[in-house]
Amino acid sequence: MKTAADVFTIVAMLGGLFFFVAGTLGLLRFPDTYTRLHALTKADNLGLGMVVVGLLPQAGHLVVALKLIVVWLLVMLTSSDVSQLIARAARRQEKGS
Amino acid sequence: MTDGLIADVLIAVCGLVLLMVAVGLLSVLRGPTRADRMMAAQLFGTGGIAALLLVGTASGVDSVVDVALTLAVLAAFASVAFVKADRQSEGDTENEERT
Amino acid sequence: MISAISVGIGILLLALALWTVVVRDTFAAVAGFIPYGLLLTLAWLVLRAVDVALTEAAIGAGLTGALLIRAASRLHPTEAAAQAETPGLGTRVVAGVAAAAVAVVIAVCLLRLPDPAPTLAPEVARHIEATGVGNPITAVLLSFRAIDTLLEAIVLLFGVVGVWSLAPDRCWGGRPGLAQAVGPNDILVYLARVLPPIGVVIGIYIFWAGADHPGGKFQGATVIAAMWLLVMMSGLRDAPPVNRRWLRVVLVLGPAVFIALGLLGAVMAGAFLAYPDGWAKLWIIVIEAALLPSLAVTLVLLMVGPPQRPEVSP
Repeated sequence: MKTAADVFTIVAMLGGLFFFVAGTLGLLRFPDTYTRLHALTKADNLGLGMVVVGLLPQAGHLVVALKLIVVWLLVMLTSSDVSQLIARAARRQEKGS
Repeated sequence: MTDGLIADVLIAVCGLVLLMVAVGLLSVLRGPTRADRMMAAQLFGTGGIAALLLVGTASGVDSVVDVALTLAVLAAFASVAFVKADRQSEGDTENEERT
Repeated sequence: MISAISVGIGILLLALALWTVVVRDTFAAVAGFIPYGLLLTLAWLVLRAVDVALTEAAIGAGLTGALLIRAASRLHPTEAAAQAETPGLGTRVVAGVAAAAVAVVIAVCLLRLPDPAPTLAPEVARHIEATGVGNPITAVLLSFRAIDTLLEAIVLLFGVVGVWSLAPDRCWGGRPGLAQAVGPNDILVYLARVLPPIGVVIGIYIFWAGADHPGGKFQGATVIAAMWLLVMMSGLRDAPPVNRRWLRVVLVLGPAVFIALGLLGAVMAGAFLAYPDGWAKLWIIVIEAALLPSLAVTLVLLMVGPPQRPEVSP
């Protein structure tokens, strides 16, 4: 049982790492602000999600696992909002200056 | 306390995530526009929290999730403050100086 | 293997700090300061100081970052003039020598620290039972060194008065900050509707968890303050005028309750801020519950600034 949990964790970590690398690669290589923002918020968010899922079996109590999920949901909510705001700021800067 | 192999894996992943965050910061902070720089707080809001959770779980610190919760909320708040400050200095002040 | 992470964090911290100092644009500097604060949170966690990590995340990264960016945007009109001034060679040499001297002194002090470091931790561990709380940090802050916490709360109050004194005479007692326009489809308004309930619950949870786990009233108050600031920044609710009685009552409630319980302790247990046997936990809870709203309102008022709009008396 313990090894099954550990294998699950490792697989999820690798998945999360893949998304983080993809997001950072996008951040480096995409041509303009909007696409970079997209790479940052979507890919990194998914990376965090997979890391959280991977950490679930390692959590001590059920409460810790629930809090982990709350963290992920919270980050999803706030980063989707903030990415909209940043995109509008970028648009404003393009039009204005 | 998580045991040996899994703790090492978590630390290794944490190190790699931090590396990604560092590379991302390098790119974002140089970014030509202000909007690019605002993404720095966002980068930490996701990558930083992942690294935090990983290092905390590997070291057996149970309350790392509380730190992650606080960080998530406050990183969002800091990003909003950035956007707000940008709005105000870019000349949206006609909308905002109302007495 | 953790030491590899520590080294990595250290290098990144130094690089970020250097960048923040060197870069010309203030906005960019603050944009680098926030990741610096968040990275420090990580560093504190690696050092196992979870309470400090919580405070760093809340105040060091969140509130201070927001404060700095507001200051930067207010200074924006004069930024070009400030950047046009370049100090002469003499000034730069003196500044370099002074900075190097300070660094050398700090390094020498650090290298000469006694090993093992003198610590009162075993004393705290010996007496923590009497306080009724499980978290040694809370025990020290609210029981063994309660006088420090009381004086801190009063100092923050003085800070608010100092900020208010920056208001022009005709605006005294008025609303802080400029009025914000609210667009109907503004995504910021959506965030300001959805996040604060969650944030307030998290803030109260962190406050409550501070008894036996890392946390406490200060971090909890910061989260709650950030939520109220979010509501104000989005324009959903306006800042209250600072001459409102309820505002002033909440501001002084925390320190007042603290002082009152301290005096009660002088009567019941023999010394100012002494807790009677067996009642310590209850008193700590009452003090913290009174300080939580006071601190939140204090932090909000410190962040939002002096009154800038005169308020006509109703």
